[in-house]
Amino acid sequence: MAMEQILELLQDDAKLTSQQLAVMLNESEEDVARAIARYEREGVIRGYHALVNWELTETQKASALIELRITPKKDTGFDEIAGRIMNFPEVESVYLMSGGYDLAVTVTGRTMQDVAMFVQKRLATIDGVLSTATHFMLTKYKDGGVIFHSDYEEIDERGSNLCD
Amino acid sequence: MIDYDKLVNPVIRQIKPSGIRRFFDIANEMEDVISLSVGEPDFHTPWHIREAGIASLEKGRTRYTPNRGFMQLREEVSRFLSRHYGVEYAPESQVLVTVGGSEAIDLCVRSLVCPGDEVLIPEPSFVCYVPITQAAGGVPVIIETGPENGFKLTAEQLEAKITEKTKLLILPYPNNPTGAVMNRDELLAVARVVERHNLLVLSDEIYAALTYTQEGHVSFASLPGMTERTVLVNGFSKAHSMTGWRLGYAAGPQELVKLMTKLHQFAIMSAPTTSQYAAIEALKNGDEDMEYMRGQYDMRRRLIVDGLNRMGLKCFEPEGAFYVFPSVRSTGLTSQEFCEKLIYSKHVAVVPGDAFGASGEGFVRISYSYSIKHITEALERIEAFLQEL
Repeated sequence: MAMEQILELLQDDAKLTSQQLAVMLNESEEDVARAIARYEREGVIRGYHALVNWELTETQKASALIELRITPKKDTGFDEIAGRIMNFPEVESVYLMSGGYDLAVTVTGRTMQDVAMFVQKRLATIDGVLSTATHFMLTKYKDGGVIFHSDYEEIDERGSNLCD
Repeated sequence: MIDYDKLVNPVIRQIKPSGIRRFFDIANEMEDVISLSVGEPDFHTPWHIREAGIASLEKGRTRYTPNRGFMQLREEVSRFLSRHYGVEYAPESQVLVTVGGSEAIDLCVRSLVCPGDEVLIPEPSFVCYVPITQAAGGVPVIIETGPENGFKLTAEQLEAKITEKTKLLILPYPNNPTGAVMNRDELLAVARVVERHNLLVLSDEIYAALTYTQEGHVSFASLPGMTERTVLVNGFSKAHSMTGWRLGYAAGPQELVKLMTKLHQFAIMSAPTTSQYAAIEALKNGDEDMEYMRGQYDMRRRLIVDGLNRMGLKCFEPEGAFYVFPSVRSTGLTSQEFCEKLIYSKHVAVVPGDAFGASGEGFVRISYSYSIKHITEALERIEAFLQEL
């Protein structure tokens, strides 16, 4: 259980070394390294990413959230169609949802046109897909727990106090 | 032209401004500064507490409260002190809600100290005790603590400074800036001296919730015979991340609290109403937040102590508050020189130890009330700085 704190710390900052984690958690470096290796092996830790704000770069990206209504298959339910969809490299995430539609899929392409074409040609045509609704993302305010929009970035206003 | 210097109170005129100021001024003019200098939590006030404040405003609760603070809040304070520190105070007569712990300190000193009375102040410590004592006409008597005793006050040091004029001992533990914590046995030794010399004690326990020892925080007031000699000061700033709400409290013998209440009612009337509503929520449902934040500070503490020791800045292990107090003597620089060079060359702001009393010379105060990312970046810069020296 104590070792699960590693996951929270790494989720917040994947660059922390085993040595730093060990000091923070009052564990030995070997134990921490072993726990991380185990999490990686067991697939608890699925990868280490940089959170990139592409809006600040020259690279063009367009993303959309696509709502899919589908007819579940008799034996495999939603899994089979979800499996087909998630294999596309354009697809970033796939969630099974409760409520008015079934799958929420995020798709990223170079332009909105690309994304629209992908939905039309690749998703809408899958057998069992009843309808699609495409919502383009206009601005990313926050992602992965991190605020992206500079106007809303937290500023540390502390330190104006002269005798604390 | 009016010569104000001749008209104003010379005692106040001669009070020195806080030494922390200069480094903030330098830091404010630089870009890309990584500061490890502040003395307040980086956590926001937990949302449920803020919400309680907002809800009170929505209901129009915008009037004065009773002078001593809402009875409900005093009851919660009394329960909190009993639950966490095993000290018992009657909410109707022994608790006073103040504008931050600072007001409680000021009220206590002014209520107890007569002109010429000596007030014992261990240093390094928070910068307000000396000027408040001076303003009250008292004579500050400094007790210099050092790394050889982990910056704790010993019975011998205390004994050596006591005279016939000694009235009050200020006990600032857990300590800002050193992070020192006094354990039960060490406090008991002090208590024996206090009793023998018939002293009163102002125990500033504002950092009590941030104690990282197994034993936990020991309130001086909980020691045998000390409840009736101690004015305990605590508050919401550090424990509940509520610095800007300006709310603290004092608890003590009813005769002393009564005096303090008199000053408070004429100078302040009552502590901020919105803050009091928020504070009730903090005490009723805030123990978990407190524990969470303590755990976070504790991880940062271990990280920064380990990092500093590795790069050769020796620090004894701080056991409370959110400061480390490493020695910079190995660099051959004074505290001021070290801080100045560090901020100019690496844009890292820390506070020179001598801002907290002469005995802080040779040390710097580094706050770890910052995110892990911020701390690791700062440590890298400090390490590079040391290598270039």
